[in-house]
Amino acid sequence: MIPLFGGISISFFWTDIMIWGLLACIVIWAKIVGRSAQVKAQWHRVFESNTAMIAAIVLMVYFTIALLDSVQIHIAGANTQPGSFLDILLSHLIAATERTYSAPFALTEFNKSTKLSASGEVEQVYLPLQHIHAQASIMLQSVKGFGLGLVISAVLICAHCLYLASRQQSSFKDMVVAVWQKQTKLPWRTAYFTITLITIIMAWLFVLSFSFHVLGTDKVGIDVFYETLKSIRTGVLIGVLTTLVMLPIALTLGITAGLFRGWVDDVIQYIYTTLNSIPGVLLIAAAVLVMQVMINNHPSWMNSTAERADLRLLFLVLILGVTSWTGLCRLLRAETLKISQMEFVVAARAFGVSRAKVISRHILPNVMHIVLISVVLDFSSLVLAEAVLSYVGVGVDPTMNSWGNMINQARLEMARDPMVWWSLFSAFVFMFILVLAANLFSDRVQTVLNPREANN
Amino acid sequence: MLAYIVRRLLFAIPILIGVNLITFALFFMVNTPDDMARAQLGAKQNTPSLIQAWKVSHGYDKPLFFNDKADGLSKISDTLFTQESLKLFMFDFGESDAGRQISSDILQRMVPSLSIALPTFVVGLITNIALALLIVLFRGSVLDSATMVIAVAIMSISGLFYIIAGQVLFSKMLHWVPISGYATGLEGIKFVILPILIGVVAGMGAGVRWYRSLFLEEINKDYVRTAKAKGLSEIAVLFKHVLQNGLLPILTGVVVVIPTLFMGSLIMESFFGIPGLGSYTIDAINSQDFGIVKAMVFLGSVLYIVGLILTDISYTFFDPRVRLNG
Repeated sequence: MIPLFGGISISFFWTDIMIWGLLACIVIWAKIVGRSAQVKAQWHRVFESNTAMIAAIVLMVYFTIALLDSVQIHIAGANTQPGSFLDILLSHLIAATERTYSAPFALTEFNKSTKLSASGEVEQVYLPLQHIHAQASIMLQSVKGFGLGLVISAVLICAHCLYLASRQQSSFKDMVVAVWQKQTKLPWRTAYFTITLITIIMAWLFVLSFSFHVLGTDKVGIDVFYETLKSIRTGVLIGVLTTLVMLPIALTLGITAGLFRGWVDDVIQYIYTTLNSIPGVLLIAAAVLVMQVMINNHPSWMNSTAERADLRLLFLVLILGVTSWTGLCRLLRAETLKISQMEFVVAARAFGVSRAKVISRHILPNVMHIVLISVVLDFSSLVLAEAVLSYVGVGVDPTMNSWGNMINQARLEMARDPMVWWSLFSAFVFMFILVLAANLFSDRVQTVLNPREANN
Repeated sequence: MLAYIVRRLLFAIPILIGVNLITFALFFMVNTPDDMARAQLGAKQNTPSLIQAWKVSHGYDKPLFFNDKADGLSKISDTLFTQESLKLFMFDFGESDAGRQISSDILQRMVPSLSIALPTFVVGLITNIALALLIVLFRGSVLDSATMVIAVAIMSISGLFYIIAGQVLFSKMLHWVPISGYATGLEGIKFVILPILIGVVAGMGAGVRWYRSLFLEEINKDYVRTAKAKGLSEIAVLFKHVLQNGLLPILTGVVVVIPTLFMGSLIMESFFGIPGLGSYTIDAINSQDFGIVKAMVFLGSVLYIVGLILTDISYTFFDPRVRLNG
């Protein structure tokens, strides 16, 4: 636990440490490659597309929410569970737990309950929800939310405009005009529209969530909007951290195999063919089953349910990483094989440049586009895989908020008539937006970084 | 040709041994026979003597890799690893926790799995290729870009959504087909039609995109330009040249999948209550039946390796440039 001020201290789970560590790595990496004008120009080209800009902003919103949810804040004296920034922001929703299902914006519970009426008769009625403010006017709240969103986005946009103006040494007014008339190199106008739209929607949902359950409640009465937002962290973490595990293995083995050839190549090829030949889901399932037995045999490893869930997420990420490096490794091996026979590498070797330097100077920069493309592509498939794995029962801990768990729970209620649709709906929509943004962004990255396939 | 096949089959042996090593490491080293015995016997009766008795009765009382009590070759052969691997290589998967023969269960359940997987595969392949050809015909037009946007959207939707939405729409609301179940013969059609349809639609996004890029690569080649220059119509070029030449790369991606069709689909089968290998595996995972999971891992690897070999062989039939001697 790290004490901050006024009795507030923070702590981190293992996965929290990993995600912040990864963020630090990305910042450092960006600083290093940012020095090269060529790389800068390439990324500039990525963001020149409107779609890529919108997708990137959506991805950034998801990542920010995941990061907000990746720190544990303990408040001395308060007898509540430690929570994240997101929990504090949504504390009114944690408190507003109902008894059972209720539809979005509903005033009463979803099912009739038995109640003793005043005259002593037993009757079936829809009980009113306890934590909503039915007298609140949706119209007024909507206007409030809309206004809040507009103010926040205006502040964000003005700050960014000021920053742009100071960098290009023009006046703020000129900058605004330039953005509006689409005279900037990057499509900032589109970006600003996207930001405004997202903030307004989020502020609207946020303001309304004080008076209603905007996305309904689930079986045990937990607000679905809260559940869905909490699930973002799980989805994003699985997508991102798996890459962190898989990348070093794929890079080391792929480049080694391509560069050294001979028996080293044979051994590495053997390893990935073997791993590849085991059906992916089954390998993951087997590893997760074994891990469950291990965790059950060592209850002393963790102190709380949350910690156990986190440990399980960590193991899941490790397992996914170990089972998913083979594809990238094969690509890297082939590319290294090709590059290492090109004249400039042969010449460098002839001049006596060391192997390590050849790798860092010539090979790594030239395979970076393959790494980037596969990382962005893998992200979306991993987010989708989480839902399937949780359904099969080998995903994240059942107590952890995740889209897979939400779908799995709601699926059991499908036979109900009328249907309980809102849990499924929320999980699928939030997942769809994230995956769609990732797919669109990866398409653009692929077009720009891999010119050979650009025309397709 | 025969020599080549034999050589490829021999190459498969070290890979299968590797697969065995991984499954063995997972199921016996991390989760030792002692742990298994304790889990099976329950908390009340896990005295050392009972555990030993359980291990003996299941044949798990031997050392893992190296038996220093035996002599000669049996130092290695009289171990748990050799014993377990040999059983797998003979396709003797032993008994499940429920006391049924896993091998006969698998044989029985292959047919329902295939009745979903095979039609999904064939119909999906044909629709994807046909759609891709159609889009390539109209390449660069609004239709092309619109289809690509739809394809990305289809790819971005979770597979679970298609299944749940399909069941709600066609079974619950329209009552066209039963929600779940399975029957043999013509009776069975009403049970398998929805899973097949869903499988085809869910795979369409990625499939159409893949075949489209494949055909586009082909269409930029010189022979297509020549064919057009001699006056062949666009459609004739597409069907006569592009499709035929595109078959080879299609083959690489497709043949390797065919044997694994036997494994069925985990999610689809459990949602639709089809008694195939997919739902068998899921049930085994949920009830932590390690014997079945191990058998399925091995079977899956064998089928995948068979697929790889079939891919290599099928090359020789379709592409005379490929020589198998090298």
